[in-house]
Amino acid sequence: MAEIKRRDFLGMTLGGVTAVGAIASLVAMKKTWDPLPSVVSAGFTTADVSNMKEGELSQVEWRGKPVYIIKKNKADPFNPQRDFKIGEDVFTVGIQICTHLGCIPIFHPEEKEFLCPCHGGKFTLDGINVPGTPPPRPFDIPPFKIDGTKIVFGETGAEYQKMIGKA
Amino acid sequence: MAEIRKADGLIDWLDQRLGVKKLTKVLMTEYWIPKNINFLWAMGVVLTALFTVLVVSGIFLLMYYKPDAKMAFDSVNYTIMQEVAYGWLWRHIHAVAASMIFVIIYIHMFVAIYYGSYKNGREMIWVSGMLLFVVFSAEAFSGYMLPWGQMSYWAATVITNLFGGIPFIGNDVVEWIRGNYVVADATLTRFFMLHVFLLPVVIIILIVVHFYSLRVPHVNNQYGEVLDFEAEEKKYLEGKKKESKVIPFWPVFLSKDIFVICTFMIFFFYLVCYHYDFAMDPVNFDPADSLKTPTHIYPEWYFLWSYEVLRGFFFSADLGLIAFGIAQIIFFFLPWLDRSSKVAPAHKRPAFFIWFWLIVLDLIVLTIYGKLPPEGMNIYVGFVASIAFLVLFIIVLPIITIVERKKGGVQ
Repeated sequence: MAEIKRRDFLGMTLGGVTAVGAIASLVAMKKTWDPLPSVVSAGFTTADVSNMKEGELSQVEWRGKPVYIIKKNKADPFNPQRDFKIGEDVFTVGIQICTHLGCIPIFHPEEKEFLCPCHGGKFTLDGINVPGTPPPRPFDIPPFKIDGTKIVFGETGAEYQKMIGKA
Repeated sequence: MAEIRKADGLIDWLDQRLGVKKLTKVLMTEYWIPKNINFLWAMGVVLTALFTVLVVSGIFLLMYYKPDAKMAFDSVNYTIMQEVAYGWLWRHIHAVAASMIFVIIYIHMFVAIYYGSYKNGREMIWVSGMLLFVVFSAEAFSGYMLPWGQMSYWAATVITNLFGGIPFIGNDVVEWIRGNYVVADATLTRFFMLHVFLLPVVIIILIVVHFYSLRVPHVNNQYGEVLDFEAEEKKYLEGKKKESKVIPFWPVFLSKDIFVICTFMIFFFYLVCYHYDFAMDPVNFDPADSLKTPTHIYPEWYFLWSYEVLRGFFFSADLGLIAFGIAQIIFFFLPWLDRSSKVAPAHKRPAFFIWFWLIVLDLIVLTIYGKLPPEGMNIYVGFVASIAFLVLFIIVLPIITIVERKKGGVQ
């Protein structure tokens, strides 16, 4: 073993203390910029869908983001990855933020599609990105739970887990 | 300690304590500038003047601006514009100067490229200058967000979202930068801090580094001539001022610079008083709304070219992001992409001359199409121009400069 002199020991101690201090400061700085607890805890939104008509779109705000709820026509195909049932009615939900650069696409009921005017991104009625347009993936689905005729966003329920394939 | 005598005046008193006479010599009266440089070399001093204008006008805006998501819009559009005496003037000065500083930065950059001032010993001048450009971009972006209008809000959303492209941790990084799930009050206040404190301090430090980096290799000149500064300095000090190829920075050189600043300021205040609207996007007079995107989002004109590179690869967001990332840093590597080390103006290097104007043309095309909505033919023009930008830098430039070097340098 190499001989350790008193000065080496002092140098190593100083280096160690500095490193610990620097890392602790960086952690503190990182955490200062994290979302505040009040922001994190205010993350639940409830929407009552009992009055919605078929083919209609309604919007709620969840964590500052627009979330759409569409009650699908009976004739539309059922997509188990994007749709769920409340009773006999079929609904589809998603965060209406373009997965390309975060703009908010506009829903066109006649064409049954979402169009993002910023970069020409398109999504189908089910919120799936149309190939050849910029968005790389479908609209994100917010975690939700069904409570009678209400949808509670921010909580994870059985339907949500089934849709994302984790049930 | 040096011996302190009774001073024969204020200057002498200061000189004994701070060495002000020596300092004046080093910084001004014996800092040598080549004679054969044209007015394009005055852009650096114009930038210094503009930055000062921005700091002063910014200080006056800062006194009434409220960095709060609920109050920011009105503090700008009502308090500053309507109530504060001459508040409109400070705002227009600040906005026009922010735009004009990019005009001058681009001229400054392209003068350096044209005359090869980034090469052969002057690499640090170029790199520190490019760092300044990047920090100025961050400064402009963080300031653009503060009025909290629709365009501010969505520009902030789009730009912060770019960090979502980082593999694995992207979404967490975006939420961390915003301090919320969306751009919100926390985002505004931290960008306010960046805009009024941290970034200006970084800019000031970088300006000092940029100026210092100029001192050792000295300023380039119109012919790319290598001057023996010590010999030329000696001639000048001996009184052979005509023979010497250099002049002192103060007062000889600066007198010409000050003339350029004066001319520029006439133009600048003409813009401030009569055409300030070019620096004010009409969409930004709608208050920010997190649930409604303006139909067409675009950045200020000085970012349009890189914005177009970002969306030029319309079929793949990832490719676009990679190309955008490359476009942001590619200029830094110019001294090493140009494989011919001889310094000469572009008109003495035929292939490089064509390359230079192609890049300028391509950037103009990217800028124009960056503003147009991405429809029909536009996306293909944008795609070709984005590809051309990358190819010109990464492939064409090294090739033509290697060929030039093999031919034995410039003609």
